[in-house]
Amino acid sequence: MSEGVIKKFMYVNRKPPYGTVYALESLEVVLIGAAFDQDVSLAFIGDGVYQLTAGQSTGGIGMKNFSPTYNALGDYDITKLYVEKESLEERGLAIDDLMEVVYEDEDEDYAEKPSIRLVSRAELADIMAEQDVLLNF
Amino acid sequence: MLHTVNKSPFERNSLNTCLGLVKPGSAVLLIEDGVVGAIKGTAIEDQLIQAMQSCKLYVLGPDLAARGLAEDKLLDGIQVVDYGGFVDLVAEHTSVQSWL
Repeated sequence: MSEGVIKKFMYVNRKPPYGTVYALESLEVVLIGAAFDQDVSLAFIGDGVYQLTAGQSTGGIGMKNFSPTYNALGDYDITKLYVEKESLEERGLAIDDLMEVVYEDEDEDYAEKPSIRLVSRAELADIMAEQDVLLNF
Repeated sequence: MLHTVNKSPFERNSLNTCLGLVKPGSAVLLIEDGVVGAIKGTAIEDQLIQAMQSCKLYVLGPDLAARGLAEDKLLDGIQVVDYGGFVDLVAEHTSVQSWL
């Protein structure tokens, strides 16, 4: 895929983690897709914002806590995690309730930069409109 | 963009979330269980009427028929398409988002 066309892919996450397998499956697909050198971003809307809460502790339910994996996305050049502001507010959450997700910017001496970008519903609608492929989970 | 919604708006928030993110000029096609939202006199009627001021709403006829919903029950302004029309809508828009 060295000379292939680069398309804009957005994975839209709308469900909380652990209750169903959607959140984990989305992450798996994102990681698989990362091998194809596309322009990939993730959106977290509705209950999907719960996927990024800080301090997830799954020992009591016998499931693997996969939330640290979001911090590996930067190594695959996935650095745009859009979180819809209204969805957070509707759930009594704020950006401070989310985990820190960072990537290393190779153009700036590998400085750590935040991957999570808080956007309004209207801004997200604009970003979605620019995408070539959108996949809902 | 063409948006497809395949869940009942009375069971899931897929349609509501979709309508919150559609841009003017987009098309929304209700398919499968999503077609139940296209009927007159529902709790979401006002929301659909408002959406139709800037977007086009479509419903898949075979899915309506399968659920015993006659076309004269549809909210005014919603257009019925068949499978061929579904294909045309996909071809007319640069991208498709499936709200599952």
